[in-house]
Amino acid sequence: MDWLSFTLITTLIKIVGLCFVAILGLVSYTVYAERRVSAIIQDRVGPNRVGLPLTLLGFKKDVSFLGLFQPLADGIKFILKEDFTPAHVKKFYFWLAPALCLVPALLTCAVLPFGSSITIPWNGSERTIPLVIANLNVGPLFVFAIASLGVYGIVLAGWSSNSKYPFFGSVRSTSQMISYEISLGLSLVPVLLVMGELNLVTISQQQSEHGWNLLPYSLRDGFDLNRWLLLIPLGLAFVTFVIAMFAETNRLPFDLPECETELVGGYHTEYSSMKFALFFMGEYAAMIVGSGITVTLFLGGWSLPLGLDNYLPKGTVWVGLLHTAVFFSKLIAFLIFFIWVRWTLPRFRYDQLMRLGWIWMFEICLANVLLTAGILWYIS
Amino acid sequence: MLLFGVGVVVNRNPVASALCLVVSFVGLASLFISLDAHFLGIIQILVYTGAVMVLFLFIIMLLDLKEEARRALNAWAVAGGAVVALCLVGTLLHVLGTFPKGEATLPPLVVPEGQTYEDTKALGTLLFTEYVFHVQVIGLLLLGATVGVVALSKKEASK
Repeated sequence: MDWLSFTLITTLIKIVGLCFVAILGLVSYTVYAERRVSAIIQDRVGPNRVGLPLTLLGFKKDVSFLGLFQPLADGIKFILKEDFTPAHVKKFYFWLAPALCLVPALLTCAVLPFGSSITIPWNGSERTIPLVIANLNVGPLFVFAIASLGVYGIVLAGWSSNSKYPFFGSVRSTSQMISYEISLGLSLVPVLLVMGELNLVTISQQQSEHGWNLLPYSLRDGFDLNRWLLLIPLGLAFVTFVIAMFAETNRLPFDLPECETELVGGYHTEYSSMKFALFFMGEYAAMIVGSGITVTLFLGGWSLPLGLDNYLPKGTVWVGLLHTAVFFSKLIAFLIFFIWVRWTLPRFRYDQLMRLGWIWMFEICLANVLLTAGILWYIS
Repeated sequence: MLLFGVGVVVNRNPVASALCLVVSFVGLASLFISLDAHFLGIIQILVYTGAVMVLFLFIIMLLDLKEEARRALNAWAVAGGAVVALCLVGTLLHVLGTFPKGEATLPPLVVPEGQTYEDTKALGTLLFTEYVFHVQVIGLLLLGATVGVVALSKKEASK
């Protein structure tokens, strides 16, 4: 088999493995985690029953596995429910909107480096597979560009429903996403200034050799005062980036587009069964990809802390798999943080949200860019 | 891309034609990307598709232009549009026909072995060294436009 077909097949495996198995699998289990963690925070039990229904086969008891089969049951429920389309909607756009919501969220994971690289013998020669779907030189920009397409799904959902509450929800969501997109982009500029790089693979590689952006210490390089000085703007960038990302993914405390007490259910009020599930999955997929970007840019991506990767053999299969495991465990830890915040903070009022976005976040991000440039200039 | 470009003009529903424009922009971006100009393509999506067109769509939906879709075709307007379009095509054909430099193909970009060409870096370096004056002038122009918009909308509000 020649080089081209080899690359095609490995890329296909990566796409199927990451997009459909890893991300969609994570989506369903994030929903489960959301329910379990919220239950723990509110001192409840949560969904802990669904397991193997052995009683159907004549056994005395079911095996519940802490309710780990709950996502499966939810999925079956969504598919089997009646797919109801109200009479007053604009049909074409009504059907288009859920797809437009989920697809961009899944597309963005193409540039996420989820591991270092694996070298395997093939036809008598060694071949290296980088563990990323597309190694682009415009990584973060690609993510922002594609993620900004997700807003069309929400706008169209609200508009095509021909009903006032969904429309309010989508209007809120659009203005919120446009406002916070600016802070999101600007808060990244310090990281890019420090790394001097737009390629997410190279950014992960550098962090694995010289320590993470938020933990700038590696055993090989030793202590470097300059990098700890740069931690001030980088820490600020991390905080602003995470806040802006919460707003972009419409998560609490910024979930005004779907706040139930004011808007019934938000932009997806008129949707049912699998079409509603697509919105739901789109939201969680955006959350997962957002966490992935945060992990890659600030928390070292797939790398071990303290530059431990320098002492591991490069490119072997086991190290590659270890890095993938490290990446996903960081991702899951960050998702739990997402959930934790949701069940801890109350929701903003709409004017507070806009004031925070335009008066605080935007200015802090701008000042942070200047601060980073100043520190870099002082160091050099 | 061209098909959806036609869709922008032909569609009676303003939302449908705005969406056609979006798809046409995505097509343009994919053309850029297939020419290895990743940065330009991504910026095209980020700025036009992701920001400008969302605002367009937003305004169209808020205005709720129902009578626009019902209005009958004005024959004179269609004829005028066709004449303008034909004139543009004619000019383009004339210019392209009498521009000998355009016939030569550009020499292929030489990239050293084992490296990727970084169009973002190249573009940034050019913009901030050779063309820094032009960039500043455009920035000033955009600032002027922003100030103008704010001033105009303030006047409306005070009346």
